[in-house]
Amino acid sequence: MSPDFLDISRDALWRNNTGLVQFLGLCPLLAVTTTLVNGIGLGVATTIVLFLSNTAVSLARPLLRPETRIIVFVLIIAALVTVVDLFMHARFFDLHRSLGIFVPLIVTNCAIVARAEVFASRHDPLRAAIDGLMTGLGFTLVLITLGAARELVGQGTLLAQAEMLFGPNGQNTSITVFDGGFLIATLPPGAFFAMGLLIALRNVMAAHRSTDKYPAIMKAETAG
Amino acid sequence: MTNRGPLLASLGLVIIGVVAGGMSTWVWSKTATQIAVNERSYRLRALNEIVPPARYDNNLFDDIISIRDRELLGSDDPVTVYRARNDGAPVAAILTAVAPKGFSGAIHLLVGVYADGTLAGVRVSMHRETAGLGDQIEIEKSNWITVFDRRSLADPLPANWFVRKDGGEFDQISGATITPRAIVKAIHDALLYFEANRELLFAE
Repeated sequence: MSPDFLDISRDALWRNNTGLVQFLGLCPLLAVTTTLVNGIGLGVATTIVLFLSNTAVSLARPLLRPETRIIVFVLIIAALVTVVDLFMHARFFDLHRSLGIFVPLIVTNCAIVARAEVFASRHDPLRAAIDGLMTGLGFTLVLITLGAARELVGQGTLLAQAEMLFGPNGQNTSITVFDGGFLIATLPPGAFFAMGLLIALRNVMAAHRSTDKYPAIMKAETAG
Repeated sequence: MTNRGPLLASLGLVIIGVVAGGMSTWVWSKTATQIAVNERSYRLRALNEIVPPARYDNNLFDDIISIRDRELLGSDDPVTVYRARNDGAPVAAILTAVAPKGFSGAIHLLVGVYADGTLAGVRVSMHRETAGLGDQIEIEKSNWITVFDRRSLADPLPANWFVRKDGGEFDQISGATITPRAIVKAIHDALLYFEANRELLFAE
């Protein structure tokens, strides 16, 4: 019984969102989202790796045995992150400089091993690829929301330093909403406050939608 | 019949390992040269911001020495010095000094000193200071770091080589005191090192 593409997307983006429901990959999520540009950067890089790793794991299914599967996942993910890191370093040097620390961090994002184990190793490559893409997008949406909220409250700006992502075209895209800002939003405690509010918001929205198969999350069962 | 499960599992692991290792190695071999070129041109851009290319005529990457001074250069590891010369005469030395006591660990600097002991300029090459606060030391985020241009050991006087909060002459960054304090000290130390070792720094 294979889920259709709409089901996969809905699961990845909303019902089972990596950040807001499964609480996976919280380390990079909380650490990196000090600005909107950082959020976009890590989101895009994570999505690329998730897409590739899900596809590769699904293709490697004939070689998977229960005893060795985790080692195989780790090997595949490590190799892919290395390749993406090297490629960006050679081709998109300035982007790599601004994302430099986030790209190796993707290896430690347990959401990627989780998708390999739960989904990619049990489905065909096309479904696995779509699941990787959608899970990455769901994660990116949380990163963008959190990054935008923390930058706005913390610095009073949006899209500051966009030139690191978009080159010279991004030079004047920074929007100053107000001067100053509340420092705490930029510091680590602000990340937890913002994340807590975001989870609460999702719970409220989920509770109001009776068609949702999965009710609001009352308790975190996994974290990483 | 023997149990072939473990054998098959190991075989799969070996195949994946070889493919993953081979792929990484292949991509590395294809990108290594380009990455080295990128790193070098990025470093040269920073060096040329400190000492304008019109003022020297040698290749900075061919005129490098390594020195070590834990007290004044902030690092247990050897520190690289780029030397700029014009017609063989010393123009400036750019020291990759370290400010060890930043808010979040060491701050790596490029400290350019002209042969007469005045600062050509300072840039931050690597740091982990707080985003939105301490990171104002980056030239991309604010021009704070240019307050050191053309300063020297005699300007300001030694008693004023501190941030304002400590009774000195240099502005701190609003919301961050530890970061600028660490950098002011590291630059002053680098100047002290330069003064004491000028001969060695420009030796052929």
